[in-house]
Amino acid sequence: MDLLEYQGKQLFARHGLRVSQGKPVTNVQDAVTAAAEVGYPVVVKAQVLIGGRGKAGGVKLAADESELREHAANILGMDIKGHTVRTVWIEHASDIASEYYASVLLDRSAKKPLVMFSVEGGVDIEEVAEKTPEKLIRHHVDPLAGLTRADALRIASEGGADRDVVEGVADALIALYEVWMQEDATLAEINPLIVTPEREVKALDSKVSLDGNALYRHPENQSLSDSENEDPLERRAKEEGVQYVKLDGDIGILGNGAGLVMSTLDVVSQAGGAPANFLDAGGGSNAETIRQAVDLILANEAVRAVLVNIFAGITRCDEVALGLIGAFEQIKPSVPFVVRLDGTNDAEGRRLLQEAALPNVHAATTMSEAAEMVVALAAGQSVGAPA
Amino acid sequence: MSVLVDERTRLCVAGITGREGTFHTLNNRTYGTDVVGGVTPGKGGQDVEGIPVFDSWEQAVAEVQPNTAMIFVPPRFAADSILEAAAAGVELVIAITEGIPAHDELRVYNTIERERAGGHSTRLIGPNCPGILSPGKANVGIIPASFFEAGNVGVVSRSGTLTYQIGNEIARAGFGCSTIVGIGGDPVPGSSFVDILELFEADEETELVVLSGEIGGSAEEEAAEYIAENMSKPVVAYIAGFTAPAGKQMGHAGAIVSGSAGTAAAKALALEAKGVRVGRTPTEAALIAVEVLGGASLAAS
Repeated sequence: MDLLEYQGKQLFARHGLRVSQGKPVTNVQDAVTAAAEVGYPVVVKAQVLIGGRGKAGGVKLAADESELREHAANILGMDIKGHTVRTVWIEHASDIASEYYASVLLDRSAKKPLVMFSVEGGVDIEEVAEKTPEKLIRHHVDPLAGLTRADALRIASEGGADRDVVEGVADALIALYEVWMQEDATLAEINPLIVTPEREVKALDSKVSLDGNALYRHPENQSLSDSENEDPLERRAKEEGVQYVKLDGDIGILGNGAGLVMSTLDVVSQAGGAPANFLDAGGGSNAETIRQAVDLILANEAVRAVLVNIFAGITRCDEVALGLIGAFEQIKPSVPFVVRLDGTNDAEGRRLLQEAALPNVHAATTMSEAAEMVVALAAGQSVGAPA
Repeated sequence: MSVLVDERTRLCVAGITGREGTFHTLNNRTYGTDVVGGVTPGKGGQDVEGIPVFDSWEQAVAEVQPNTAMIFVPPRFAADSILEAAAAGVELVIAITEGIPAHDELRVYNTIERERAGGHSTRLIGPNCPGILSPGKANVGIIPASFFEAGNVGVVSRSGTLTYQIGNEIARAGFGCSTIVGIGGDPVPGSSFVDILELFEADEETELVVLSGEIGGSAEEEAAEYIAENMSKPVVAYIAGFTAPAGKQMGHAGAIVSGSAGTAAAKALALEAKGVRVGRTPTEAALIAVEVLGGASLAAS
């Protein structure tokens, strides 16, 4: 779960990291009030979960109220790479002497937390890592021991932080590690971590991802994330407990098991089609989950054909067939379906479907055959005999 | 031979008294797995269809000497159950539970590693995995055994249903499997591809390994390096998720492309660069495996 900049900063502040005073607002009038509170000059920053806000004109400095009104009005409602700006963060502008970089993330390969620090902040850190790797300090932490103060001081000093702020950077690293650890984050990044002319070390930006599986122990974080900009179908799926990702194509996909569904998307695109979604109905799919899944897939108006690809292990194909028959009775889909049932009770499942003689439902035996059929159907072509 | 589970497996199940736990434990027993006990705190002294239930792993180990643990408890209790089983001295812990927080998995992994340095040798498979099946010998977990025959193909996979799909196609072509190992779809698995490849390389029965990977992390790239340097047996691979958009979690907690890292294309390239044949579909991967096996047995005859 990715947080907006200001949500991340609020988490930072809770753990003692220095951030500028600011307020999230959703209209110009509130922006004016917020700016008066934090004091001019202020920065108006678009709150969206996408990089390149500055280049898109979503970050502006305002010296007074008239500039603020102009920028807030321009940025609110702005579209940044498909994300609509609904909230702007108004923050007192900081004077900057240096821009550093700091992050803590889960290194899946080392299976340890990784602390990174660089004095080359404010730029794309992947580029720093690639072109001047010696300028990026990487330090793995034993998660059972945590980040010690001695380690943090060494990271700051070896990374080349100005001598007089080594202590301040170490404090920031320790606080950032605490955010990562105590909030169950998978990523906590500050770019840039600035040094002010007064030699204060401050987080000027934030990028935080929290582990959705750990939200049960952080009830206060459950309402975070960019729910306003979330795809409405993905939000609905989340509420219904369905693993669903919206994609750009026109072929609805229903399968069981994350790996098999990913594979189904690949096979459909190899056949020249474009999947409209990822949907994993889960290992123990029953008739009701199938009905719910069909409903969700068809709620996407772009869908022109649907592929149901089931390899039943724990799931039983006869249950899936009954679910489909029930779903068809209730929903009466107007688009064609291709159904491939394989595995436990597949013959029984296929028999049930055949007897139900559902309109516009086609049976396939292999994944490749199913993919070719659904691609043809989505393109408005006809395929062999119905199921 | 086979790897990890076989006739010598003595299985004890945490969460045996839950609905899913009971169902799959009994399935495993019906298959022939020696199920010696279960653990549910507070339910010690009860039994599940004749399988004795204990309050703790320590008691279970003292009473019935399991060498294999299966973890079926809800996510928030799973990490402690895994560590308790390891502390009690169980050699192999297979965690089926999905949805364990990543930080808990880190704690579990690093604790087990620390114990290993101290001479303890628990191996963790999973979490969020379908378990391990050695056809004809033992089944621990939720893999539907009926799709697999005994034979000489080792399978290691991050995904359950995809494994069934591939194993079933291999079986239809007349070949069987030595062992099917599901390592799970989470970001911090207890065992990686490399750990299991090492076991298959040493297993006399296994002649070929099918590796089924997916987007996220770099376990497939690490496997490619390992295969080039250490494997004498052929490995055939399949990778899922070529069409997955960056930044989106595709079902499994670990299946996510981060920036430009962890893509299916990069993984397939890394494997092919080391001479591993990668099937474009699960069916193609199975067909390549069958072709390699067929060639090998022809050459032998």
